[in-house]
Amino acid sequence: MDIPFLTFPKGGVHPEESKALTAHLETEIMPVPAEVDILLNQHFGAPCTPLVKKKDVVREGDLIGEVEQGLGAKIHASVTGTVKNIGTAPHPISVTAPSVTIQTDPEAEPRTYEPTDWTRFSREELLARIKNAGIVGIGGAGFPTHVKLAPPPEAKVDTLILNGAECEPYLTTDHRAMLEHPDQIIEGAKIILIILGITECHVGIERNKSDAIAAMKKAVDDTPLGGFHIQVDTLKVKYPQGSEKQLIQSISGRKVPGFGLPFDVGVIVQNVGTARAIYDAVVLDKPLYEKVITISGKGIQRPANIQVRIGTRVRDIVSYLGGTTPDLAKVILGGPMMGFAISDLDVPVTKTTSGVLFLTDDEVDANAHGQCIHCGWCLDACPMGLSPNEVGVYVEAGRAGETAQFGVFECFECGCCAFVCPAKRPLVQFIRLAKRKAKK
Amino acid sequence: MTKTDSRLWAVSVSPHVKSGESVEKIMWTVVGCLVPPLILSIFLFGFQTLLITLISVGSCVATEAVSQKLLHRPVTIKDGSAVITGMLLAYIIPPGVPYWMPILGGVMSIYVAKHLLGGIGFNIFNPALIGRAFLVATFPVAMTSAWLAPIHDASIFKYMGSGVDAVSTATPLFVLKHYGIAGLIEKFGSLSSMYGSFFIGWRPGCIGETSALLLLLGGLYLIYKGYITWHIPVSMIVSVAFLTWVFGGEKLFTGQPLIAVLSGGIALGAFFMATDYVTSPTQKSAKLLFGTCIGVLTVLIRLKGGYPEGVCYAILLMNPLTPAFEQWFKPKRFAPQKGAVK
Repeated sequence: MDIPFLTFPKGGVHPEESKALTAHLETEIMPVPAEVDILLNQHFGAPCTPLVKKKDVVREGDLIGEVEQGLGAKIHASVTGTVKNIGTAPHPISVTAPSVTIQTDPEAEPRTYEPTDWTRFSREELLARIKNAGIVGIGGAGFPTHVKLAPPPEAKVDTLILNGAECEPYLTTDHRAMLEHPDQIIEGAKIILIILGITECHVGIERNKSDAIAAMKKAVDDTPLGGFHIQVDTLKVKYPQGSEKQLIQSISGRKVPGFGLPFDVGVIVQNVGTARAIYDAVVLDKPLYEKVITISGKGIQRPANIQVRIGTRVRDIVSYLGGTTPDLAKVILGGPMMGFAISDLDVPVTKTTSGVLFLTDDEVDANAHGQCIHCGWCLDACPMGLSPNEVGVYVEAGRAGETAQFGVFECFECGCCAFVCPAKRPLVQFIRLAKRKAKK
Repeated sequence: MTKTDSRLWAVSVSPHVKSGESVEKIMWTVVGCLVPPLILSIFLFGFQTLLITLISVGSCVATEAVSQKLLHRPVTIKDGSAVITGMLLAYIIPPGVPYWMPILGGVMSIYVAKHLLGGIGFNIFNPALIGRAFLVATFPVAMTSAWLAPIHDASIFKYMGSGVDAVSTATPLFVLKHYGIAGLIEKFGSLSSMYGSFFIGWRPGCIGETSALLLLLGGLYLIYKGYITWHIPVSMIVSVAFLTWVFGGEKLFTGQPLIAVLSGGIALGAFFMATDYVTSPTQKSAKLLFGTCIGVLTVLIRLKGGYPEGVCYAILLMNPLTPAFEQWFKPKRFAPQKGAVK
């Protein structure tokens, strides 16, 4: 009998998964590069102020940047070596950003961490460890985790959802994490449950990762759960299944309202990778300065899942993996649906980088766009029930300021509309422009 | 390091992958679905149906190229949309019209009804139907009398060069309107034999409208491909059948729904014209209402209007209401405001 797999009802698309390139490859550890560029502005929130100066000697794991005020997360040295420069480095979104360049000491011994019994820590101590380790949501926008795990008292959170959907094509880092370290993820989930003072946890995984589902279920069965209820839910394969609002709806049936946050409906969502980083931070007292990323696409000689130091330049990853192929057309930080195309291989890996894709001409679409033919496919594809077609026509007519009526501020830029558009219209680009011009 | 390493790479806004669908693919698929009725029409009315269709398509494509040049827009004749307009225009004119008539219709369809209104995506009316409406208004005699009787001996050059008057016949709907169901049976045989021959398409009518079977197959293929949905065709056909059954006879509930659906341009209009993306609504509930309204207007024109057939004007009357339908029927937003939980 077919089990009905959980999913969201409205919209969504089925891009080619392209995960077979790397899904079977065990995570390998890339040797430490000669130099790293650690961006001080890695994600959502305020940029960090550097705490080191030129020629300082730093050890792997040392604090090198902190936010003075506002929302943010601490930044740590990812290698042992000497601070070569405090300047700027190419940034995937803002072109360039302030950064700390560290020249690696090739003689340095890697730092090791011993596990401690975390169950003796209070809630505040657990949160402090997460804050001190600079943990952010590594699956997406990089929201500081210590802030997310301390919702306002009036929010009645009753459910934790771990996001293992990994619905972006090509990417397999969450998949590998669930296969290789399911026990650490479950342990991380328990830490989060203690912090939130709740017992209910769901792990949502798309059914195309059946081995990961089995591994996670086994880890749940093998761990003494105490009073916790941790359940692995199989999700239908549909993009954007891993989007926060869609995932919450699929698993709990609740809808996060526009301009609202998950805790408004009693839910906190964390990526499975973040749960593992929380394990590292709390159990090992290890800051977040390493990251498993997927390097894939037909444009790289050797696709792989590799663990790299934050700040590793894409160029170094390319040479480690044997270079690019001659028909490489586009380099993307992140997935092909929502990732950022980069023009320059000197861009460094940040805490939120989930992968680097090297796509060839036959993998990307570079067709010129035409006029909207009003087929309505984008309306069917949009998981938020918006009208991307209208936004596009308004923007082209120079009336981007009037597009709030079509819900542009509810758009999270999943790209389903532009994916299905037969006229190849750059609808996400139109919507981004509309967001800048429209009034809330 | 590879030699390509220092290059600057192309960037664009996400998504970087797209579905394999394109406007060209959709349009040329529709063209393909329109070919079988054309082949049938050659055996049915003779070789000149092919000639008229080619002239109409040629006129539309040439007009599109010239219009786009004149209006300083990119020339997009390869996308196949002008070819569809040309085929549809030919399919809704009688097979015995003079050859220059589709040229004129094509210019009207493409230049006036399409490009003067902004080109693909911005036309208010279905261009092919505007072409036909223009020809009916300008050359009413030819457009309402140049019918040919179906050929029964495979002599496809039979009507070439013959005068229209010598061979003209009457369409089922014309007979039905003026002589009633008794006249129809007298002319086309028993009801049961009529169902069969009308379904296959062996009856007088416009070039491409006669075969409900081939048009249905083409329409089903487009539905299977996801290019159109069933909502407009089904609601239109059902409402025509229902209203004809209720009001089409001498007394209430004595009309002939099957004859109504199998004659005139119902199948062609329902699957290939009323479903035109630009001039029909996008939401499913809107499509159902839109199709029903076309059916209602079709029956109204057929039973009470001056013309025996009403599909063309019914669709044209509904086309400009599309923007209003889009206003009335909007996609359901996920959860627009705070507090709108569950």
